Amino acid sequence: MSNRRSRQSSSAPRISDDQMIDLVSKLRQFLPEIRERRRSDKVSASKVLQETCNYIRKLHREVDNLSDRLSQLLDSIDEDSHEAVVIRSLLT
Amino acid sequence: MASLISDTEPPTNSNHGTTDPVRRKKRFSVSSASSSSFSVSSVSSTGDVDNHARWRSEKQQRIYSAKLIQALQQVRLSSSTSSPTAQKRGKAVREAADRALAVSARGRTLWSRAILANRIKLKFRKRKRPRPTASVHAMISTGSSSRSRKRSVSVVRLNKKSLPAVNRKARVLGRLVPGCGKESVPVILEEATDYIQALEMQVRAMKSLMDLLSGYSGSAPPPI
Repeated sequence: MSNRRSRQSSSAPRISDDQMIDLVSKLRQFLPEIRERRRSDKVSASKVLQETCNYIRKLHREVDNLSDRLSQLLDSIDEDSHEAVVIRSLLT
Repeated sequence: MASLISDTEPPTNSNHGTTDPVRRKKRFSVSSASSSSFSVSSVSSTGDVDNHARWRSEKQQRIYSAKLIQALQQVRLSSSTSSPTAQKRGKAVREAADRALAVSARGRTLWSRAILANRIKLKFRKRKRPRPTASVHAMISTGSSSRSRKRSVSVVRLNKKSLPAVNRKARVLGRLVPGCGKESVPVILEEATDYIQALEMQVRAMKSLMDLLSGYSGSAPPPI
């Protein structure tokens, strides 16, 4: 059985199931979706990974969104305005 | 498993070649904050717990904000000469924000090196992306040993049936984390843990910059 498992992840360095579980539960701590329900004790590893994918996609969308808004904002900034002064003061 | 641990080198050695350009860029981009940020350099050897906590500190966010503002300034200068579409400018801001994030990671992680290497690839076509995975493996071995003592495992045990699904989802995850498309599952998990927190910090920093810029004319500026 362990033989078959090692072939499955042939390119991967072999780590034990315990280490795998450790990595997944560490990841879990940073997922707002499942971090909240601490009552229900255990979550499946595949659920954690699914939530991780969802969360990264959500964060990517947020960054995209903020980038668009920031670029609009930067365009509207007039060199002599307060904002330009703020930017300059932050840079020095 | 034993071979995994013995094969690894200390992260400082393996990273040597790749951190150099990042450092140089960093010194160039942040002048005032650099002295304080360099004190974090010992963190990588103590383990990934501190490493992750790093993204949550306010200092890190300040460092990132400084880099971001500088990057945005450059985007603005270059876009004022050529006038691309609004969509392209948004993308340029996004790229600048990601590069600043990668620089803030200071070459410790695969994802950050991948973002920076992407940029380099455009300039020098045939440059290969470095694949120093040894540091990540070292993180895995130190991180899990401390964790197993604590026994705070909150995930269901793996079994024969769940493993294929886990591997499949890890592949999907690997495509979402820069530079991890072809990495092994443990590396993907380790990188994703760090990347999520870096992204969270990026969102926080960009939001507070938005607030600062848009709300300045009104009331007092919020702290960045």
